[in-house]
Amino acid sequence: MLQTLSHFEQGIMVLASLVLLTSFLMLGQIRLLLLIKTFAWQGALLALTTALVAADSGQTHLYLSAALTFAIKALLIPWMLHRLIFRLGIPHQEEPLGRPSVVLLSGAALVLFSYSVSAPLIELSSHVTRNTIAISIGVVLVSMLLMVTRHTALAQVVGFMSIENGLFFSAVSATYGMPLVIELGVAFDVLVAAVLFGVFFFQIRESIDDLDVDRMTRLTEADE
Amino acid sequence: MMRDWLLALAQALIFIALAPLLAGWVKWVKCHLQNRVAPPLWQPYRDLRKLMAKEVVIAEQASPIFRAVPYIVFSSTLMVAAVIPSAMINLPTSRVGDVIVLVGLLALGRFFLALAGMDIGTAFGGMGSSREVTVASLAEPAMLMAIFTLTMTAGSTNLSAAIDHILASGFVLRPSFAFALSGLVLVAIAETGRIPVDNPATHLELTMIHEAMILEYSGRHLGLIEWAAQIKLMIYGVLLANIFFPWGIATRHSAGWLLVGSLVIGLKLVLLGLCLPVAETVMAKMRLFRVPQYLSLAFLLSLLGMLSHIILEAG
Repeated sequence: MLQTLSHFEQGIMVLASLVLLTSFLMLGQIRLLLLIKTFAWQGALLALTTALVAADSGQTHLYLSAALTFAIKALLIPWMLHRLIFRLGIPHQEEPLGRPSVVLLSGAALVLFSYSVSAPLIELSSHVTRNTIAISIGVVLVSMLLMVTRHTALAQVVGFMSIENGLFFSAVSATYGMPLVIELGVAFDVLVAAVLFGVFFFQIRESIDDLDVDRMTRLTEADE
Repeated sequence: MMRDWLLALAQALIFIALAPLLAGWVKWVKCHLQNRVAPPLWQPYRDLRKLMAKEVVIAEQASPIFRAVPYIVFSSTLMVAAVIPSAMINLPTSRVGDVIVLVGLLALGRFFLALAGMDIGTAFGGMGSSREVTVASLAEPAMLMAIFTLTMTAGSTNLSAAIDHILASGFVLRPSFAFALSGLVLVAIAETGRIPVDNPATHLELTMIHEAMILEYSGRHLGLIEWAAQIKLMIYGVLLANIFFPWGIATRHSAGWLLVGSLVIGLKLVLLGLCLPVAETVMAKMRLFRVPQYLSLAFLLSLLGMLSHIILEAG
C-alpha cells in the first residue's frame, strides 16, 4: 500500500509515473523539435528517479548511473539530435499521426498488458520499487509503438533511444541496476548508435531524398 | 439531526449567494492583469438584479421546453451545489447523491440547455448546441475516469466519505491524484466554458459555444441561466479544492470548526480565482477543431491516473 511507504518512496512512485507520462507525450507529439525536448525530459526524470532510488536503497553505484543517464540521455543525445535536425534543415517538420486517439488508447492498452505480464515478477521481488517494473515495461512497449507509428527515421531513432530508457528503468526497479561495467557499456553503445544514426540520416536522405523510411520499401523501377 | 439539515440548507444558500462574487472576483483579477479598468466585485449582482427586473421576450415559435429550460438548468445546478461538501462534511445532504449522480445532474442541465438552443430554430442556437454536445461528450468520459480514480482510492463514490478517507490517511503523495487533478482541471476549463475552449466574454458568433445557445434568452430567464453558469464555476472550483486539497474542511459541526472551514474554502476559492485568470491571460483561445485533441489529453491524463493507481498504489 502507498500509505505505508515513506514520502521519499512515494516520490519515486510519482516520478516513475511522470516517466510514463513523458512516453505518452512523445507518442502524441507530432513536432520533431518538441519530440526531442520531451525525450530529454524523460532522461532527466529517469536520472532523478535513479538518484532517489540510490538514496533510498543505499546503493551508491546507482548515483553514478544517475549521473551518467543525466549526462548522456538528458543532455548529450538530445543536443546531438537537436543539432542534427537543424543541419538537415527540418527543425519545424511535423509528422501527422493517422489516428491520434487510437494510438494513445493502444498505448494505454500496452501499459495494462505490461501490468499483467509483470504481475508474477512483482510477486517475487521485495524491493520498494517492484511496482515500477510494470511502468518500465510499459515505457519499453509504448516506445516500440512510437517506432511503429512513425514514418520518419528521426522519430524512430527517438523511439529507439526511449526503449533503452525503459530497459534501464526496468533494471533499476527490478534489481537496483545492472553491474556498473555493463551499464557503462550500454551507455556508450547508445552514444555510438546516436552518432551512427546521424550519419545514416544523411545517407538515407541522399538516396531517397526524404527521411520517410516507408519509401525504402518501394523499388524505384517498379513505380515507373 | 434537525440542526444538521439546517446547516446543510444554510451552506447551500450561502453557496449560491456567493457564486456571483467568485465570478466577479475572476473578472476583477483578469481586468487588472490586462491593464483594464475593472468593474466592482459586486457587478455580477447588479447584472443579475437588472436581468431579473427586465421583461421576458420569447419568440412566437418557442415551445414550452424553451420556457422550462432556465428553471430546469437552475434547479439541477442548485441540487449539485446543495450536495457537494464545501465548508463541512458529514452533512445529511451528502447521502442524497454520490458523485456519479452529480455528474448526471450537470449533464441533465446541459441536455436541456442544448435542447433550448435548437428550440427556436435559429442557426446560431443550433450551432452552439452542436458544439456544446461535442465538447460535453468528450469531456464527460475524462471527468468520470478522474472521479473513478478518486473513488477507487477512497473505496466510496460518496464525496463526503471520500474526503473523510483522504483526510484520515494524512499527507500521501499519490501519482494517481496528480494525474486525476490535471485531467479534472482540463475538464473543468472545458465544462465551464473558459479560455482556451470557449471565451465567456465573447459575442462573436462564429467562435462562441455557451453564449450561442442562450442568444434567444432575455430577462429573468437569461438571469437564471447566467446565475447557474456562475454556480457551476464555483462547483468545479470547490470540487477541485476539496477533493485534492481537503485540509481545513470542517469534519465536526461545532462553531469553531465551521468558522475555520468557511474561511479555508473561501481562501482556496480566492486562490483558484487568481490562477484561472492568469491561465486565461497567458493562453490564447484554441481553434474549435483542436478541442477534441485537448480533451483527449484530459482523458489520457485521467486514464494514466487510473493506471498508476492500479499499478503503483494498489499492490
